[in-house]
Amino acid sequence: MRRAIERGIEMIFAASGMVTTVVILLIVAFLFKEGFGLFKSPAVEKGYALCVNADNPVEFISAADIKKIFNEEIEGWVPYRFDGDELSEKYEEEQFAGRLGEIIAETPKILAFIPEEYLPRNVKGVKILSGNTVIPKDFFLGKEWIPTATPAPQFGVLPLILGTLLVSLVAIFIATPLGIGVAIYLSELAQGRVRDILKPAIELLAGIPSVVYGFFGLVVLVPIVQRTFNLSVGETAFTGSIILAIMALPTIITVAEDAMRSTPRAMREASLALGATHWQTIYKVVIPYSISGISAAIVLGIGRAIGETMVVLMVTGNAAKMPSLFDAVRTIPATIAAELGEAPFGGVHYQALFVLGCVLFVITLFISITAELISKRQHNKGL
Amino acid sequence: MDKRTSQKIAFWIFRLLGWFVVGVLLWILGFIVYNGIGVISFEFIFSKPTGVGMLKGGIFPAIIGTFCLIIGSMIVAFPLGVMSAIYTNEYVRDGKFSKFIRMMTNNLGSIPSIVFGLFGMALFVSLWGRSIIAGAFTLGLLALPLVIRTTEEALRTVPDSLRIGSYALGATKLQTIRRVVLPSAFPNIVTGLILSIGRVSGETAPILFTVAAYFLAELPSSIFDQAMALPYHLYVMSTSGKNLVAGREVAYGTALVLITIVLMINFTASFIRRHFAKKHGGH
Repeated sequence: MRRAIERGIEMIFAASGMVTTVVILLIVAFLFKEGFGLFKSPAVEKGYALCVNADNPVEFISAADIKKIFNEEIEGWVPYRFDGDELSEKYEEEQFAGRLGEIIAETPKILAFIPEEYLPRNVKGVKILSGNTVIPKDFFLGKEWIPTATPAPQFGVLPLILGTLLVSLVAIFIATPLGIGVAIYLSELAQGRVRDILKPAIELLAGIPSVVYGFFGLVVLVPIVQRTFNLSVGETAFTGSIILAIMALPTIITVAEDAMRSTPRAMREASLALGATHWQTIYKVVIPYSISGISAAIVLGIGRAIGETMVVLMVTGNAAKMPSLFDAVRTIPATIAAELGEAPFGGVHYQALFVLGCVLFVITLFISITAELISKRQHNKGL
Repeated sequence: MDKRTSQKIAFWIFRLLGWFVVGVLLWILGFIVYNGIGVISFEFIFSKPTGVGMLKGGIFPAIIGTFCLIIGSMIVAFPLGVMSAIYTNEYVRDGKFSKFIRMMTNNLGSIPSIVFGLFGMALFVSLWGRSIIAGAFTLGLLALPLVIRTTEEALRTVPDSLRIGSYALGATKLQTIRRVVLPSAFPNIVTGLILSIGRVSGETAPILFTVAAYFLAELPSSIFDQAMALPYHLYVMSTSGKNLVAGREVAYGTALVLITIVLMINFTASFIRRHFAKKHGGH
């Protein structure tokens, strides 16, 4: 009986052991389930459809091209947008579909954007573009993110991906020398009371909520950046990078310090015995020895910066355009945070945001695994 | 350059960098305390927000909401996390399986909080709607890797000689865990759990879509109600609203309250750690 109970409890423990795996699988399943429909959804606004003349050989027009045609940036097309007021001057509502059919049949190069209720179905000379869905190429390589555009919302994630990378890479560029310097100071030089102040300070820095960092950045840093670089607005990618750098510091410092501390005493002493100074020992022995740990620290710092939401949402200005350092940018996490509340549940926009979540998930998972592989090399060396 | 001089210069740079980081921390904390302290009053903490854009009154509902979320998420994360850590450290310590579990825990810990928000929206919100329970589950799963990692570290500080001694006296594995390992690791486990609370209390992104409300006239009456929360309130007051100047005052106060709660949690954790380290002669 006793053994059976022990066995049962062990089973419960084992089940809990699997919980993180299960959660990851659930996250993957639900992100993909919600986002999957995107590439089956029509590229035009909900409730509308596109029609062309039956002689027109075209079967598919991408969302980006639809936008260009309606902006008259592509020659040879006649864009037609349904206008109820104009039609109702001459026709009754029941005649709309028929009249629209005539217009389309008469105009060879027309691209008509029509509400589904007035679609001229089964009319000779009219072709309804039914297979016009959002396609992966437009999504991943599109340069415009305008989810509320008509007639076709633009879901190009390229500016968002580049914005995310720009902000976090610049952040890491700032944080790496600083973090490694502090890590060297902590692991090699600081002792006693200095350590007792620095260590808790770094823990506190890690403990400050991101929204407080965002608030600080918004109130303090944005005006400083604006004045220093003489910009019209201070909410830029660079402002975000500075705050993200501060936030990535604790991760970089802690991981790099641990790696440096694992340098065997014998190696340090051998170097000192050969007449090297302490500093020479640090950069010729300690740093080369712990280089994988230091790299893992940097990679983890990047991961921290890429996924950060609130700070970039609050201080980078959130303009979804191709990014530049001293201009407003928008990152993937900030886009999700800013738009999910307004996107209709289950709609195209909602699906697109979940696919963005998938992209972010894949990027951070890749980074996490990279960091793990790098730090494994450090451990193997330790044996 | 003489190698002694270059050492001197290098070490001075590192020292400056070290103090620079402390300076940044003091700057942020000082800024918020300096601007927020004047806003704090009995009314600010214990009354509801009123007026257009919540510029008058206090932030009581947000404080209550944050405490509800902390408690809820810990009910989700504590038992699961502690049991998971016991399993990896006591049952399958060095096997392939424990490596796999640790890898998955690390991976879960690296997932951005906004992705947890999306997940919470897709699963918990569709089950229960925007509610405290949906937010608590989302935050609980977010805290899980931290709980597991700190608990495992705590269990690892228990010397094997204690376990072996317990087995030698005829105790079973479960008895050893319950009577020897857990009591000995207890202070460190509690420290880790408190640190996870600190992390959860400041999270904003996961609660944006799962629970947070802009304004509620009534305090939540059940776990299926929406709630206000301090981090979200700070976000709202500092970014939206018609009167940014008056809104900023409220934001300073909210930031100070939030940061005070988070720091108190962190101090409690390090106090417990130190207190017990002294008592046990340090692990």
